[in-house]
Amino acid sequence: MSSQHDIVVSVNGERRHARVDARVTLADFVREQCGLTGTHLGCEHGVCGACTVLVDGDAVRSCLLFAVQADGAEVTTVEGIGGPDGALSPVQEAFRAEHGLQCGFCTPGFVVTVTALLAENPAPSDAEIREALSGNICRCTGYQGIVRAVRRAAGTSA
Amino acid sequence: MKPAGFAYHAPDDLDHALDLLAELGDDAKVLAGGQSLVPILALRLARFDHLVDLNRIGVLRGVERADGALVVRAMTRQRAMERVDDVPLLARATPLIGHFQIRNRGTVGGSLAHADPASEYPAVALALDADLELASRRGRRSVPASEFFQSTWTTTADPDEVLVAARFPRWEGRAGFAVEEVARRHGDFALAGAVCAYEPGARAAIALFGVAPTAVRAPAAEKAMLAGVPADEVAHEAVRDLQPADDVHASSATRVRLARAVVRRAVTGAREEAGA
Repeated sequence: MSSQHDIVVSVNGERRHARVDARVTLADFVREQCGLTGTHLGCEHGVCGACTVLVDGDAVRSCLLFAVQADGAEVTTVEGIGGPDGALSPVQEAFRAEHGLQCGFCTPGFVVTVTALLAENPAPSDAEIREALSGNICRCTGYQGIVRAVRRAAGTSA
Repeated sequence: MKPAGFAYHAPDDLDHALDLLAELGDDAKVLAGGQSLVPILALRLARFDHLVDLNRIGVLRGVERADGALVVRAMTRQRAMERVDDVPLLARATPLIGHFQIRNRGTVGGSLAHADPASEYPAVALALDADLELASRRGRRSVPASEFFQSTWTTTADPDEVLVAARFPRWEGRAGFAVEEVARRHGDFALAGAVCAYEPGARAAIALFGVAPTAVRAPAAEKAMLAGVPADEVAHEAVRDLQPADDVHASSATRVRLARAVVRRAVTGAREEAGA
């Protein structure tokens, strides 16, 4: 038993019409049907945070949402975080400056998470930063650099 | 790691959803925030021929105040509960649920209906004697939290019923509240947790989670708390009859010890806040 659905989703500002199988997650949709492979899939069951995207401005796990559920929504992936000319966003710039990544696999999820955090709380405390990062796993254990990157992006570096 | 195929239904009104559930019976599952259900589907721990998504049903979202209670409609996102100040237990339990990305999507009703024994909202509902409103084609009924949670992931709701709202009584006197839990990592399910509400000289409510097949009240400990018994003895009373199972996360004895610690902290915290 499966069903097919026609959806219209705005992905990084571009309206996309697509036909999706009900069981296709939003993560697989953006990677395979939109060709946006910046969104990474680690655990595929909501634990690792690598697949974090914004849906109508809220950070969510794209592996825990079906693409059909995003019909009518605005989705922002890591490709939509920087400027249209490829310029890095302040968060991305800060990750680079503070060595907030090693292998880079988890980075798209962190960048989207931190972008959402700072949109809501532009000057987070260290405790708030760590709390917000707790839903993303970095297996290189580069958390110190990531925390510094968030501080830098927020302009609160000690 | 991909869910098996299913037919997806996204009704935009509640009656249509109830019709679908009446028609499809056991073959259908309600999809709320999906933060527990989708992992279960992805890991193939369960599969359903039909999913009935409630996310497009506007009347299932939002909160209202009525008759001394906060009525939380089932599809209200958990994130919105972080800022409800008239039911402090809800506001304090919420940040302990998963991570903010999970709470952006997870719903209050979804968590209650999923009935994970280690989750926070069932314990809050039990402690506050919340009522759960169920709807089906056969009509509506209101079930006290004490009769709703049956066992792990199991409630007394029938397959054709939808949890549409939870009604949490507000404690308006001089009261104190606390939620305490121990988890291995931030955002993990609790190894043991406790919620406590206390109004000096009037009433005390203590519920534990993560230590039995459902969240449980601790009536003897509540009496002891009201009588002014020291927190450590209240905690001892609360765990007296607990027999949690051993599992990969913690032994039974560890869970009992943790339960005692979280009750002690919750009792102390609620007393301090109540000024007692």
